[in-house]
Amino acid sequence: MLLLHNFTKVTRNNPKTNYIIMADEMTIKDLERVVVRFSGDSGDGMQLAGSIFSNLSAVLGNDISTFPDFPAEIRAPQGTLSGVSGFQVHIGAKKVFTPGDKCDVLVAMNPAALKTNVKFLTPQSVIIIDTDTFAKKDLEKAQYTTENPFAELNIHNQVIEAPISSICKESLKDSGLDNKAALRCKNMFALGLVCWLFNRPLEHAMHMLQNKFSKKPSIAEANIKVLTDGYNYGHNTHASVSTYRVEPKENKAKGFYTDVNGNLATSYGLVAAAEKAGIPLFLGSYPITPATDILHNLSKLKELGVITVQCEDEISGCCSAIGASFAGCLAATSTSGPGVCLKSEAINLAVIAELPLVVVNVQRGGPSTGLPTKSEQTDLMQAVYGRNGESPLVVIAATSPTNCFDSAYMASKIALEHMTPVILLTDGFIANGSAAWKIPSLKDYPAINPPYVTPEMQEGWKPYQRDLETMVRSWAIPGTEGFQHRLGGLEKDYDTSAISTDASNHQKMTLTRQAKIDYIANCIPEQEVLGDKDDAELLIVGWGGTYGHLYSALETMQKQGKKVALAHFQYINPLPKNTVEILKKYKKVVVAEQNMGQFATLLRAKVPGLNVYQFNRVKGQPFNVLRLVEEFTKIMEEK
Amino acid sequence: MSDQTFTPKDFKSDQYVRWCPGCGDHALLNSLHKAMAELNITPHNVAVISGIGCSSRLPYYMNTYGFHTIHGRAAAIATGVKVGNPNLSVWQISGDGDALAIGGNHFIHAIRRNVNVNIVLLNNQIYGLTKGQYSPTSPRGFVSKSSPYGTVEDPFCPAELTFGARGRFFGRCVDVDSSASVEVLVASAKHNGASVVEVLQNCVIFNDGSQSLVATKADRAKNAIYLKHGQPMIFGENNELGLMQEGFGLKVVKLGENGITEKDILVHDAHCQDNTLHLKLALMEGPDFPIALGVIRDVEAPSYDACVHAQIEEVKSKKKDRTLEELLMKGEIWEVK
Repeated sequence: MLLLHNFTKVTRNNPKTNYIIMADEMTIKDLERVVVRFSGDSGDGMQLAGSIFSNLSAVLGNDISTFPDFPAEIRAPQGTLSGVSGFQVHIGAKKVFTPGDKCDVLVAMNPAALKTNVKFLTPQSVIIIDTDTFAKKDLEKAQYTTENPFAELNIHNQVIEAPISSICKESLKDSGLDNKAALRCKNMFALGLVCWLFNRPLEHAMHMLQNKFSKKPSIAEANIKVLTDGYNYGHNTHASVSTYRVEPKENKAKGFYTDVNGNLATSYGLVAAAEKAGIPLFLGSYPITPATDILHNLSKLKELGVITVQCEDEISGCCSAIGASFAGCLAATSTSGPGVCLKSEAINLAVIAELPLVVVNVQRGGPSTGLPTKSEQTDLMQAVYGRNGESPLVVIAATSPTNCFDSAYMASKIALEHMTPVILLTDGFIANGSAAWKIPSLKDYPAINPPYVTPEMQEGWKPYQRDLETMVRSWAIPGTEGFQHRLGGLEKDYDTSAISTDASNHQKMTLTRQAKIDYIANCIPEQEVLGDKDDAELLIVGWGGTYGHLYSALETMQKQGKKVALAHFQYINPLPKNTVEILKKYKKVVVAEQNMGQFATLLRAKVPGLNVYQFNRVKGQPFNVLRLVEEFTKIMEEK
Repeated sequence: MSDQTFTPKDFKSDQYVRWCPGCGDHALLNSLHKAMAELNITPHNVAVISGIGCSSRLPYYMNTYGFHTIHGRAAAIATGVKVGNPNLSVWQISGDGDALAIGGNHFIHAIRRNVNVNIVLLNNQIYGLTKGQYSPTSPRGFVSKSSPYGTVEDPFCPAELTFGARGRFFGRCVDVDSSASVEVLVASAKHNGASVVEVLQNCVIFNDGSQSLVATKADRAKNAIYLKHGQPMIFGENNELGLMQEGFGLKVVKLGENGITEKDILVHDAHCQDNTLHLKLALMEGPDFPIALGVIRDVEAPSYDACVHAQIEEVKSKKKDRTLEELLMKGEIWEVK
């Protein structure tokens, strides 16, 4: 990928006795892309520093992709390995698709951060440390066995050392803030230093700090002062031989942009669909990592009429949504895998009652409580099959933070127009990762037309009478005169809609519910193939949140002259109509996913005789692009 | 309320009622039809939500909107219906197993939130649909198919649970006692907020006689007290008995004995914020005490659904964005030209 290969390589012994490299002449080098990883204690404000850096880069026209990597503990003991929180920012002159495998700059606010992030370093990475936090007791807390952390970790990189804590305290001694409050500004020093290193003007960062702390002007002022100190420190000490620029090289589509993570985009997608359909949005939810931000986001949007209920449990989250759907709202429930387990009985009620419902599953590591803050794709089979009885429903998987908007919109549209629950799978990686997003105009989005009853249908109307092409039943909202009816979880008669235990009727209703879902394949786009779609020797197949990594692997391999293609699925059930055709077209197919082969299994079931390779990882971390390239290349070379 | 006038028949659906002959649910269903007619609500503005169990079949017999859902979840679904569309008159039909065992969590939270739903709890102290297991309201020692040697656990008292969840309305009636049932159901519907009506219901097949103390008019005259707000707590076949306070408890006294007159008898105050006496009344058990029937507690408080929508309106009055695009354009944005 890129990089900062022109740094002088310095062998380090002890950070306390080495000096910052002083170059006689500063040079500015242009880069295509750069990855910066901010890391420190989970209370050190690394998420804020990182998100400001990504935002200001986006404002300057760069493409951005970010990934926060935080521990499950809110505040683990300070300085310990389990308390390290990270935020990785990838900025590019052109489009970037992932937050990056390794980092070019690592900000390590303490020895624990250095130790846990050493795996993200390349030989060319530059490390920025706060020398004030590398005392003997700090090293002990981070479980170093010697007094020389760099030698112990076998690090030979360039290190920019700054006594960040003491500069902060000194700088803010007249600010009225106590030492503890002053030290909370440390993150801004690091940000200032990184801004200097990448020639980023500070204005936008200052503006963002003013907004963030608009109610606490003294805190805003302190943060801005320390931010400037960090920048000046780099400048005055010539902290590096070179500084860098990532000049935007690609013209983005004209328009207004903002920065969204996947959970925010999902929230907006639901709001947009409700607005387009002209009905209220209702969210029933119970807090669960990593989905909780959807509840937070939607709870804020009362001016748009959004109704949120924080329920007593996951079951109630889903059930209250089903009740709201019955009452005529666009109803959604947001959760993660363990929550879906609890909701599954209720989801099945929406299946048999044929009510619209959007279930957002922000997947995390499992089974059980598993890895709550980490990301996996291990709930695909649960989404497609994880209920009692024959219970077909729609499954959609968002492919990137910004695609969460379109996916949530389409999930809502399909749910409302086809009277079915839809499970939207995102994951912790895209839910928390962010990217620049062009603010959409809803007039460019397809209309949403639920199959409401009309007055002329009243004579002889039955709740389960349906359109014979789409198999969709019509929807009478309580409050509509003349359409009183009773729904329920018991099987209903195809013709009369009364309770029925008749054997052949159950067969007919089972086939009808399946046909209704199958028909949706006519309403979704055909599957796209990227890359060498005509003559690829290997087709990479992926789905959901791994798109960025798989696409980057495709790009890398194409640059190496290899003939490869990528089919990345957003629609899982039903599959796009051309799925079989695509999968049969290529000599070799590899299905790469963050589970033990769930999509591969599904495809084998849907495409008889399909022979696919699998690449499976369940480490709770995003794919590594270089590793993907290696594995895919191996498969191509295999005879 | 409507300009039109409705009769009980307007609330009856065309479905054949499938409860066992003699089941108390039949009587309650009729009382519910009558109560809705008396309330004069339009059938298409009514949603009746039930869980699973014998009594939860009830929505099929209503010519209103209805939803027979899943076991235990009626309160959660009814919450969504009411918050989703507060204009509907929302009723929840649950049995003792549905509301207090598998659905206990939703039951207490719907009451705590004070969602404006009328919860009708048909308590027959048995699981009927699964053919005769003890329920969370079966008395200790109760012998059933799943407790052949008697249960070794104490039951819930629905009123105690309701008050524990800060319930503002609790009423009680007997399935076959139609006019009193209608009165309590009407009062529960008029109450703004979560209301619980416990219906003492007889299961003729698996728990016949469980309500024998109050099964007939004569039984109720002997063993029950009809509480009415503002009225003295007098009962008995000839209105010869009354309730008085003794220490922290209640005692039954005979009027005319030891110089006791009507003015010594407690007067029922259903609107009293403090629920101490309401609880004492609701917990009375025969044969030493009368079983309390009628509206035991009825205290006004803001309902959850109304507050949710009031909050939305309040924010709307302060923030002017009405579309997502307007809102986004006011956030942290930048322009690519």
